[in-house]
Amino acid sequence: MTDISLSPPAAVPPKAPSNSIFRHARYVIAENPVTGLAFGLFLLIAICALIGPYVVPHDPLASDTTASLQAPTWRHWFGTDQLGRDIFSRVIVATRLDFAVALFSVILVFAMGGLAGIAAGFFGGWTDRIVGRISDTIMAFPLFVLAMGIVAALGNTVTNIVIATAIINFPLYVRVARAEANVRREAGFVQAARLSGNGDIRIVLTQILPNIMPIMMVQISLTMGYAILNAAGLSFIGLGVRPPTPEWGIMVAEGAANIISGEWWIALFPGAALMIAVFCFNLLGDGLRDLVDPQRRT
Amino acid sequence: MLATLGKRMVTVIPTLIGVVIVTFLLTRVLPGDPAVYFAGPAATPQSIADIRKQLGLDKSLPEQFARYVSDLAHGNLGNSLSTGQPVVKEIKSRLPASAELTFLGLILSIVIAVPLGILAAVKQGSWIDHTCRIVATAGVSLPVFFTGLLLVYLFYFRLGWSPAPIGRLDAFATAPPTITGFYLIDSVLTGNLETFKSAFGQLILPALTLGIFSLAPLARMTRASMLAVLASDFVRTARASGLDSKTVILVYAFRNAMLPVVTTLGMVFSFLLGANVLVEKVFAWPGIGSYAVEALISSDFAPVQGFVLAMAILYVVLNLIIDVLYGVIDPRVRLEG
Amino acid sequence: MAKKPGKSEPLLRNSDKSLPLLDVHDLTVEFATRRGIVRAVQHVNISVAKGEALAIVGESGSGKSVTSYAVMRILDRAGKIAEGSVMFSGLDLRAAPENEMRDLRGREMSMIFQSPRLALNPIRKVGRQIEDVLLQHAQVDSDAVSEKAIEVLEQVRIARPRERYHAYPFELSGGMCQRVVIALALACKPQLLIADEPTTGLDVTTQKAVMDLTVELTRERGMSMILITHDLGLAAAYCDRVVVMEKGHVVETARAETIFKAPAHRYTRKLMRATPRPGVTLRDLLPEEDAKAAKPVGKAVKASGKGNGHAAPPLLLVEGLVKEYPRNEAGGSLKKLFGPKPAVKPDSFKAVDGISFSVARGESVGLVGESGCGKSTTSMMVMRLIDKTSGLIQFDGEDIGAIPARKFATLPLRKRIQMVFQDPTDSLNPRYTAARAIADPILRLGNGERSNVRARSEELARQVGLPVDLLDRFPHQLSGGQKARVGIARAIALKPDLIILDEPTAALDVSVQAVVLNLLQDLKDSLGMSYLFVSHDLNVVRLLCDRVIVMQTGKIVEQGPTERVLVAPEAQYTRDLLTAIPHPPL
Repeated sequence: MTDISLSPPAAVPPKAPSNSIFRHARYVIAENPVTGLAFGLFLLIAICALIGPYVVPHDPLASDTTASLQAPTWRHWFGTDQLGRDIFSRVIVATRLDFAVALFSVILVFAMGGLAGIAAGFFGGWTDRIVGRISDTIMAFPLFVLAMGIVAALGNTVTNIVIATAIINFPLYVRVARAEANVRREAGFVQAARLSGNGDIRIVLTQILPNIMPIMMVQISLTMGYAILNAAGLSFIGLGVRPPTPEWGIMVAEGAANIISGEWWIALFPGAALMIAVFCFNLLGDGLRDLVDPQRRT
Repeated sequence: MLATLGKRMVTVIPTLIGVVIVTFLLTRVLPGDPAVYFAGPAATPQSIADIRKQLGLDKSLPEQFARYVSDLAHGNLGNSLSTGQPVVKEIKSRLPASAELTFLGLILSIVIAVPLGILAAVKQGSWIDHTCRIVATAGVSLPVFFTGLLLVYLFYFRLGWSPAPIGRLDAFATAPPTITGFYLIDSVLTGNLETFKSAFGQLILPALTLGIFSLAPLARMTRASMLAVLASDFVRTARASGLDSKTVILVYAFRNAMLPVVTTLGMVFSFLLGANVLVEKVFAWPGIGSYAVEALISSDFAPVQGFVLAMAILYVVLNLIIDVLYGVIDPRVRLEG
Repeated sequence: MAKKPGKSEPLLRNSDKSLPLLDVHDLTVEFATRRGIVRAVQHVNISVAKGEALAIVGESGSGKSVTSYAVMRILDRAGKIAEGSVMFSGLDLRAAPENEMRDLRGREMSMIFQSPRLALNPIRKVGRQIEDVLLQHAQVDSDAVSEKAIEVLEQVRIARPRERYHAYPFELSGGMCQRVVIALALACKPQLLIADEPTTGLDVTTQKAVMDLTVELTRERGMSMILITHDLGLAAAYCDRVVVMEKGHVVETARAETIFKAPAHRYTRKLMRATPRPGVTLRDLLPEEDAKAAKPVGKAVKASGKGNGHAAPPLLLVEGLVKEYPRNEAGGSLKKLFGPKPAVKPDSFKAVDGISFSVARGESVGLVGESGCGKSTTSMMVMRLIDKTSGLIQFDGEDIGAIPARKFATLPLRKRIQMVFQDPTDSLNPRYTAARAIADPILRLGNGERSNVRARSEELARQVGLPVDLLDRFPHQLSGGQKARVGIARAIALKPDLIILDEPTAALDVSVQAVVLNLLQDLKDSLGMSYLFVSHDLNVVRLLCDRVIVMQTGKIVEQGPTERVLVAPEAQYTRDLLTAIPHPPL
């Protein structure tokens, strides 16, 4: 049997002999240095969260009223607040709490929303209708307002902030997962898998899920940023975290009153930390999206 | 057209039902005894029992729900513990303050975001494009309360251009007679220029804060949408037919690109209504957001419930308007029913 | 740039008829990509005389479309004309400023594209879009423009043009949209029309209508036309001269008659041979060297009609098969606006409306029809991927129609009926290597064969002519032809009795199609399989199938041995289909 193979059209990328992760990562970072920057920032944040509390120069809870309201100096890099606590230490230590809250709520909603969405998109019918109803009901509320209501109802704790954040992100995950599963449900390779003797559950696990994961990863990264903002916002209005626990949102709230009298450092540094963290996750998400689905570049 | 409107209204009903059910559940899902919550921290056993009776918390759940719905239908959202006033009355009186702020913020952001997004897409790779992308990414990362505080620090403390953030009017002005409740409009209608200037001065910073907040998603969506449309087949046809750039961009591309942007407006409103609460806290704005926050802090439960419900209903109405607007632009939705 | 009121001045027409209207000389187009500069078109020479119809033919990657985009100067941002010249009626198009080009586009030269519905602004009325072009080139005053637009619509033979003026593109059929697109292009009476694959994706009868209309309109106005297509038969049937391009170069330019009778260049010969047409066998599709090397086509089982006299029962028997879909409110506003009120409002839609046919062992049966005829639905039901509404589907004596589709996947019967899909890219899991994809049915349904899966995969790869070292590649690293082979290897992995092929070569270049068709025939003979070959392309069916079934709107219009049906059809619809196929001058 003769083999007449035309040379591949120009669009086919050169053969990658090893599809290893490191090669991939190097390629991505080389293509887009901004993503590399975001990745570096992410590592920095993770390090702060992990070992921050052990390496900060001052005890974040130790108050020293004689040293209160000091502008940034060599001793206190970010200055001190009304109670004389070192803001730098508090900002670093707060990383762990904010990061953990965001991480847990994202994992929770990814598990619930992702699976619900895949089931709804793939099986259709009643599953789709029920999941859609739940999703629509949540989306009928302005999300932050709903989070406020949930935390007020369940109780003013950090756990409930995690739950509330997960609930308000549920519709978004459902929508993305459902759309992706829906598109792939009719795809040729899914039908081919049926022909090869794969049952429905196996198809969802081996055909649909691995192909959706990249897009869900992008979603997770973007939602991390949003979850941090949400948690900080709730803390800002007094929900969830109680003083003296260091948390970025509540620190900004504590510094809000002093802005008018010019003591800018109390609110600025935690606020800047918030901004950098969210910025990092957004960039990471954008970079991942460029990698995964170049057509949706923004 | 009326038929479309009617159809949309019908789809709103199950949503409203869902909203009512959820707000009902929120107040019954309280860990512990809801009566204690509603009676407040300083309640005596007697007042707790009274509240329990008053709210019908001793009855079965379906009965409670029926009662709740009938209360709502009569406009009864309970009373605030701290002020003793009916929640409905307080929400009504404070709503215009929030509405004025939110609308002004939204208008500001649309006026900047949409042209920015269009220019960024049309002149891809130029400095406008880069500015747009930076603004979009950074804007989405900024916590809205932080932006507000930064603006206060910069424009009030450092530059002294803005008045102190103490509410809707400065210490010297008096409120205009209530016609719409919007100070800007009312003061113009009654010819009171001083009040107008004062109200405007107080409005600028918080509106700017909200504007910056909603600028990012709108600019980003406009740019992405324009880019997609400019690469589409029908724009290629328009160019191949020799239509000039103005026609191609404004008549062909822009109108089609606006469709996803209008849809995004729904999401932007959701964020705005939430951000409203935070901005009101920063600027001591007497709107319903700060009303709810104060109630939360003093464990005054009825206003919080009323606030969530009011915001949800408002949001449903806004979404309905957006849907109708979408139908005006896109005939496919209108004609295919 | 002011718009002149009243009629615009016509371009200074080069009255010397001997000079070409369009003269492309040594054209080279470059694209800046992430991997460096890519030359899509190199040193291309093309000339079009006044009133001439020229075809540019090539497979994917030949640069045929890029050439026309360069002439119109509507290249992507990343593309530019690096070398050469483009002269249009004495004007240097390469040097012309953008506002001059804009004047030329639509007024002196215009272009129509593939996918007509997508080529129109979806939220703007069709009539207004025509008006925009008329007003832009100041063909008429604004008070007379509506009438002119309706007149333009009339000229493209749209029924009820006055009503259609107010229609939106989504309310029109594909064929009508293409007429509107032609109307847009011809509204200002340009001298040159470039048609870039205008009929790809359209049904063959619609294709004929559109091509006839286009050629007629251009001829009666003395316009020149450039037809860009991958179909050599179409090109030779409708054009005076043909330019053949390969990988950015022009390999041959000849008159339409000579292209098929005496092609000079090796590549043209290969293309010409690969084009399915009457009077040739499968082996004739291959390039000469390969055709000589291949063994002759095996003797196929010739069935003599539906009720064949063979003692052996049919492998597949279908009787009275029906598939109904519940219809939701009205089938579109087009009916509301323009159609007559239906006497009885149907509350369901019959995709397949009671069909009966059979497939014998070792037989290859073609199932043909245009889009919407129900052939794909039928094949899905036979495949047991969707459930029937009523009727009998019997496979090797067993009633498989009664088994729900969901359950069928894990039954042993599953491996006896397999499928080759239309889109090779869509039918391969992007995360599976070729080897894994081929092995999937063996792993899931094979018993006793699991032990040496890799060896089996390699054997299958050899059988379909896929180089074994490609087995560890992912789909995006394979070419279209290679992916098609993977799909075929997967389908034959478990040695099925019946394979349903759903337009398996529709997405492939014609030279690749030739090879794949030959492969399919050889596999069928060596493995003793039966084929149900679903296609819209009668020429392909003629080559591969013993019997053919013609479907229209859910019903079988005609069926019988291929030679009889395609040479002396009994049904009018079949005759229409056959006349609609472009007939190159042979």
